[in-house]
Amino acid sequence: MHEPILSIRGLTKTYAARGNGGGTRALDAVDLDIRKGEIFALLGPNGAGKTTLIGAVCGLVRPTGGTITAFGHDLARDWRQARARIGLVPQELATDMFETVRDAVAYSQGLFGAPRDIARVDEILESLSLHDKRNSQIRALSGGMKRRVLIAKALAHEPELLFLDEPTAGVDVELRKDMWQQIARLKERGVTIILTTHYIEEAEEMADRVGIIQRGRILMVDEKRAMMERLGTTEAVIDLAAPLAALPPELAGFPVGLAEGGTRLTYRGGNGQGGGRAEVARLAQALTRAGIAYVSLDIHDSSLEEIFVGLLGSEEEAA
Amino acid sequence: MQFSARSALAIYRREMTRAFRTAFQSILSPVLTTSLYFVVFGSVIGSRMEPVGGVPYGAFIIPGLLMLTLLGETTSNASFGIYMPRFTGTIYELLSAPVGVAETLTGFVGAAATKGLILAAIILGTARLFVDYQIAHPLLAAVYIVLVAASFALFGFILGIWADSFEKLGIIPLLILTPLTFLGGTFYSIRDLPAPWDAIAFANPIAFLVSGLRWTFYGVADVPIALSMSLTLGFLALCVTVIAVIFRTGWRLRE
Repeated sequence: MHEPILSIRGLTKTYAARGNGGGTRALDAVDLDIRKGEIFALLGPNGAGKTTLIGAVCGLVRPTGGTITAFGHDLARDWRQARARIGLVPQELATDMFETVRDAVAYSQGLFGAPRDIARVDEILESLSLHDKRNSQIRALSGGMKRRVLIAKALAHEPELLFLDEPTAGVDVELRKDMWQQIARLKERGVTIILTTHYIEEAEEMADRVGIIQRGRILMVDEKRAMMERLGTTEAVIDLAAPLAALPPELAGFPVGLAEGGTRLTYRGGNGQGGGRAEVARLAQALTRAGIAYVSLDIHDSSLEEIFVGLLGSEEEAA
Repeated sequence: MQFSARSALAIYRREMTRAFRTAFQSILSPVLTTSLYFVVFGSVIGSRMEPVGGVPYGAFIIPGLLMLTLLGETTSNASFGIYMPRFTGTIYELLSAPVGVAETLTGFVGAAATKGLILAAIILGTARLFVDYQIAHPLLAAVYIVLVAASFALFGFILGIWADSFEKLGIIPLLILTPLTFLGGTFYSIRDLPAPWDAIAFANPIAFLVSGLRWTFYGVADVPIALSMSLTLGFLALCVTVIAVIFRTGWRLRE
């Protein structure tokens, strides 16, 4: 495997105590490796530490402990070299509202040490469908456009690693789809992307790998596909023509149970990636062979959302 | 130590754009203020005043008035320049950029010095409409104005980082700078004050600034120019040190 583009070891951030309470531990010994060219989704509820993690890498938060290495540079020492190759799109729509779009992007370009190149700025604006707004003040733009300005600013110095903190928070469905396309295009250009979200749908749609974070700890990091295979399930509900008193021997070996007074057969198994559906098909054949008639069959694969909620739930119980 | 001229230039350019965006106010306000002072103190009262140290009263007050506006504008402009990004959250970009204290200060302070020179030119041009005067050491005057503008831009920068409300932002220029400038010999020579007020007046550091600028204009001063110059440079160095420490520790900037 290639050397990770970003490597985080034992990253801890404790916020100083306010009043009598102890300090808040926003990040607790986080280890994380990001691979070049991937889209990594950091998934977690509000207050889980997603933004703090991004802030620690981007220089907005001073870590209490641990090391961060980006492009082989230790961020504590070679922060200039590392930061010149990192871009950040913050969660809040923070821009100078009176600045024009083009000025704002040209400023970012220079600030991050890239040579001033207005033609390149215009190209970036074009790619984000902002070109006709280039001379408008940012305050005159809609929320979705303001967010795209922030993305343009973050891209102005052509970063190789881009952080998107809740890129679609408060964005309507149409714009969210649009944003996903923009992100996919960036990936095609070879940009490594780390995005945080609490829309699981988003991670499911975009991500190559998913990390689940809660209370400052990474609970799990895996390929999205592998995670769904490992933790995903298929549920099937089969309504029978006549009630059964007990499960017939033909169904032994299937993860099934009887419900609704014997009129309903419930299946729960599989791997969330087709395995369950194949097994349900075999189950249906077994029913036919056993001469058991059924009137309806309903199959449902669990989503990343259900996996996520399940994980957080079991964590909640353990706590 | 590394230094990115591109980053510093980007900050400088942005600060200047910000100033020109409110150019109308930036130009009109000092023109109006200066005119009012000249109408009242220069023409109406000044015509009945004795020359001070051989300088006609109308001309005598020019350096003081210039200092009054320069200190106020530079401090509040620089403090807003850093407070607003903190307040609105746009500071994230500066903090995440490959930019250190050197680029940040070069950009911000360079712009403040440029604005200081433009402001001075506007005030001097306005003053010319009311009184006739000659500047004895124009080059030194320009250097001194740049030094004072730079120092107070740094001071404003510290103020903007320290302030956690708009009230605190406004309170230092209003309650400290303006009174001290008024009492710092803008309208009179401190040497003319009766004892013990002359001694007390020299506890006011701004008296040395006004005196220094007046020396570059007319070659007369309450204190030697070398003292004024060293005091300004000392203040500049102190502010740079404070800001370097703020950047190193991340105080009020990084969580």
